[in-house]
Amino acid sequence: MSVVFYFVAGLSVAGALAAVLLKNTVHCALALTLAFAGLALLFLELDAQFAGFAQILIYIGAVAILVVFAILLTRGSETPKDGVFSRNPLVGLVTAAGIFAVLGWAVLHSTSVLPGPGGTPAAKPNVTVMDIGNALMGRYVLPLEIVALLLTAALIGAVIVAMHEKERAR
Amino acid sequence: MQETISFTPQLGASTIAQLLWLVPAMPIVASGVIAVLKQPKRRTASALAIGSLAFSLLLALVAFGHVLAGWAHGAAVRDTWNFTWLQFGSTNVDLGWVLDPLSAVMLVMVTFVGLLIFIYSTGYMAHDQNYTRFFCFLSLFAGAMLGVVIANSILLFFMCWELVGLTSYLLIGFWYQKPSAAAAAKKAFLTTRVGDVFFLLGIVWLFGQTGTLLFYNNGAGSIEPHALLGLLLERSAFGLTAAGAIGLLIFAGAAGKSGQFPLHVWLPDAMEGPTPVSALIHAATMVAAGVYLIARVYPLMAAGALTGGTTTALTVVTWVGAFTAVFAALIAVAQNDIKRILAYSTVSQLGYMMAGLGMGGVAVGMFHLITHAFFKALLFMGAGSVIHGCYEEQDVRRMGGLKSAMPATFATYAIGMLALCGFPLLFSGFWSKDGILEAAEHFSVSKGPFYMLVFGALLTAFYMTRQVSYVFFGINRGSKNAHESPKSMTVPLAILAFFAIALGAIGTPAWPWFRAFIENRNVTFEGSGFNEPGLYALMATSTLVVFLGLGLGWWLYGNKSPQADEPDVLEAAAPLPWAWLRDRLYIDEFYGMTVIAFYGWWARVADWLDRRVWGGVVSAVAWAFGLWAHLNRFLDTNVVDGSFDKSCEELSTGGGLLSRMQSGRVQTYLRLLALAVVALAAILIWSSRS
Amino acid sequence: MNPLTGYLLVAALLFAIGLAGALTRRNAILVLIGIELMLNAANLNLIAFWRYGPHPEALTGMMFAIFSIAVAAAEAAVGLGLVISIHRHTHTTDLDAMNRMKG
Repeated sequence: MSVVFYFVAGLSVAGALAAVLLKNTVHCALALTLAFAGLALLFLELDAQFAGFAQILIYIGAVAILVVFAILLTRGSETPKDGVFSRNPLVGLVTAAGIFAVLGWAVLHSTSVLPGPGGTPAAKPNVTVMDIGNALMGRYVLPLEIVALLLTAALIGAVIVAMHEKERAR
Repeated sequence: MQETISFTPQLGASTIAQLLWLVPAMPIVASGVIAVLKQPKRRTASALAIGSLAFSLLLALVAFGHVLAGWAHGAAVRDTWNFTWLQFGSTNVDLGWVLDPLSAVMLVMVTFVGLLIFIYSTGYMAHDQNYTRFFCFLSLFAGAMLGVVIANSILLFFMCWELVGLTSYLLIGFWYQKPSAAAAAKKAFLTTRVGDVFFLLGIVWLFGQTGTLLFYNNGAGSIEPHALLGLLLERSAFGLTAAGAIGLLIFAGAAGKSGQFPLHVWLPDAMEGPTPVSALIHAATMVAAGVYLIARVYPLMAAGALTGGTTTALTVVTWVGAFTAVFAALIAVAQNDIKRILAYSTVSQLGYMMAGLGMGGVAVGMFHLITHAFFKALLFMGAGSVIHGCYEEQDVRRMGGLKSAMPATFATYAIGMLALCGFPLLFSGFWSKDGILEAAEHFSVSKGPFYMLVFGALLTAFYMTRQVSYVFFGINRGSKNAHESPKSMTVPLAILAFFAIALGAIGTPAWPWFRAFIENRNVTFEGSGFNEPGLYALMATSTLVVFLGLGLGWWLYGNKSPQADEPDVLEAAAPLPWAWLRDRLYIDEFYGMTVIAFYGWWARVADWLDRRVWGGVVSAVAWAFGLWAHLNRFLDTNVVDGSFDKSCEELSTGGGLLSRMQSGRVQTYLRLLALAVVALAAILIWSSRS
Repeated sequence: MNPLTGYLLVAALLFAIGLAGALTRRNAILVLIGIELMLNAANLNLIAFWRYGPHPEALTGMMFAIFSIAVAAAEAAVGLGLVISIHRHTHTTDLDAMNRMKG
């Protein structure tokens, strides 16, 4: 486990924590962006360059901006009077802790499946964009088309949902 | 009516015996028909009654002729005709009827005297409103009495006996609007009932011991030698054999019906009924049924007697009879009601009959019964004629001088009176009473009954003379002049008077036909019958006694005719004994203090029990039920309803609680989802660990 | 500890943090942020398994992750559009206040 990994992982976790804990919503969005970036670096670390760049492009470039826009449009910059956390955050925390416990335990005890300690057992995959393009047009063309349809639907849906409604005649 | 008289000795049944049931059946059917007739149809009613009884008389005469023919040819006639009425497993309830000399003479007597009284009643009851009902009951009575006579099964006997008691009740209480009549009827019924209870016990015992209800049944009957032997071997209490004990129980029943002491109290009160009723029932027939019963079961009563000796049962019968004879005669001396004197006279004569049965056997007792039936019926009917003629006056002290006003009545009454007294030689009463006295003289146990019966004869003559003097002699102390009764009443009197004389002929020692007939022996007319030792002495004694009584009575009462408010001659002489006798020796008062008082007390106890104890139980149960109902209601309202309401409430609350889950807030739903996922994941991982 | 375990743990942690944020923050947009974090954690998981899995040349994991990113983007768009729409009606993004669907 290299230092880079620890650093980047720490960055991501820090960003995530900040995104969840900060009071100012805009700060949260920005921390989220940091978390996204950290994740993109982790993808790169994992030799998934396309995924990493896609992450940067879409998540940081689109989703984060969208979030910021939404915050601004809903006056999210104003700090609410009653506090940012709900009335009983305990349930959420316990549940999340429970999830982490279960997943962590599962991971740590699944030694038989995972490769043993030591170096990277698997060879570094040699993945080019052309391979990905071939896969998209070949094997995964159906999911591609469906996702395209989905994106179209989402686009139209989002527009309709966010549109100003006509004033109904009283 | 076809019948064949057969001369062969039979134990089977001739045709006449088979058809013997018609004799009681005709009057009963007539009674039934009269019962549904309308009140105004008087002539139809009396015609039906008289016609049916006349028919029965005809049949009885035919039966009598059959028996007579058999006797004349030396063949015993005891025809029985039995049949099984019911069957309970192996037990048979048999009924049947018997035709033998005893039942034959009784049949003729009952139908003949009954017919005469029926005819007499058409005149006597002519002015009565309930004429039709009277003949209905009379007919029913006649049928029942005839049933008693012919019964061969003790059960049939008892059934008809009870029916006789019922009709007696109905007839005594005929004028039921009179409280005294209703009370007298009830008294008669209840007193005879006491006797009947013992009778029933005797029946049950006899049936249980011998296994048959029939008297005569080809050797298997309950009073035939085979059964009697078994009864004699059986021992019961007080040193009696079963035969003796049963005999005593049956005698208790007879004592009730025949007015023996101490069950005699109903007979004088029974004079509340119309005079024909008194004549028929309480002189000739019903009271004779008790004597007939003893005569019928005589083999049972006499079972075990050694030659020349007698049994306990018969001794008891004798003593009771003798005592009753004297007791009733004493009381008769001090009575002032014309019918009451005759009633006590009847009780006294019944005592004679019982004593005669006990000491002399069936023939002696039955002969007196037959003669007594005729002259006592005559006397009662004469008394009825007198009452009718004196415009319903019944006190002898308000009569008098009727000798010239009612000559026909006087003549017949005098004949009856002399027959009752036992006037020597001419009258039947002399011969029948002498038969009893003769048996008493030869009674092995004691001479006591003889002296008592002789004293009784003296008293009989005395009180009858007293009565006749009061009624027929002297001056008329009544309010109005008396008139003679119509022919419908005097003709039967004359007929009966004839028989009161004529019947003596069949019982004289010279020609003891009656005795021979009953006991199935040969008989010839022989003057040497009088040559029995002691017979002349006896006849002289009884003649002396009769004349003494007549003389004493005439001397004291004669033509004197004292007024009603004057004291009687004897009363003046000995007021206290007179008072005792007049008040009937306080037997009724004694019963009132003991039996009736006890009964009243018992009734009060029973009432208290009923109201407090049983009523209390019922009330308690009802209260418990009420309580239970209240409890149920309480439970229903509070527990059931309450619980139901509560559960609905809880359901509602629970629903309310559950609906809090639906907060409408997304994050709540999210939390729940997440929790569920955690749980599921944990379960899955945990289960796949193995 | 081998590298896969590390990546998986990081992914689990990010997922937990995202879940916690989604469940406890009041603002609707922050819930969506939490959801985005969870999706990202899943993507990381996928890519890690693709990298250290048996057949990386099949590109399965990679494809899955790419499609996941695409769908996540679409979903974020629609979701944020909804939030804006709700804000227009109720003038608030406070989830605690939105209980019109209360049972």
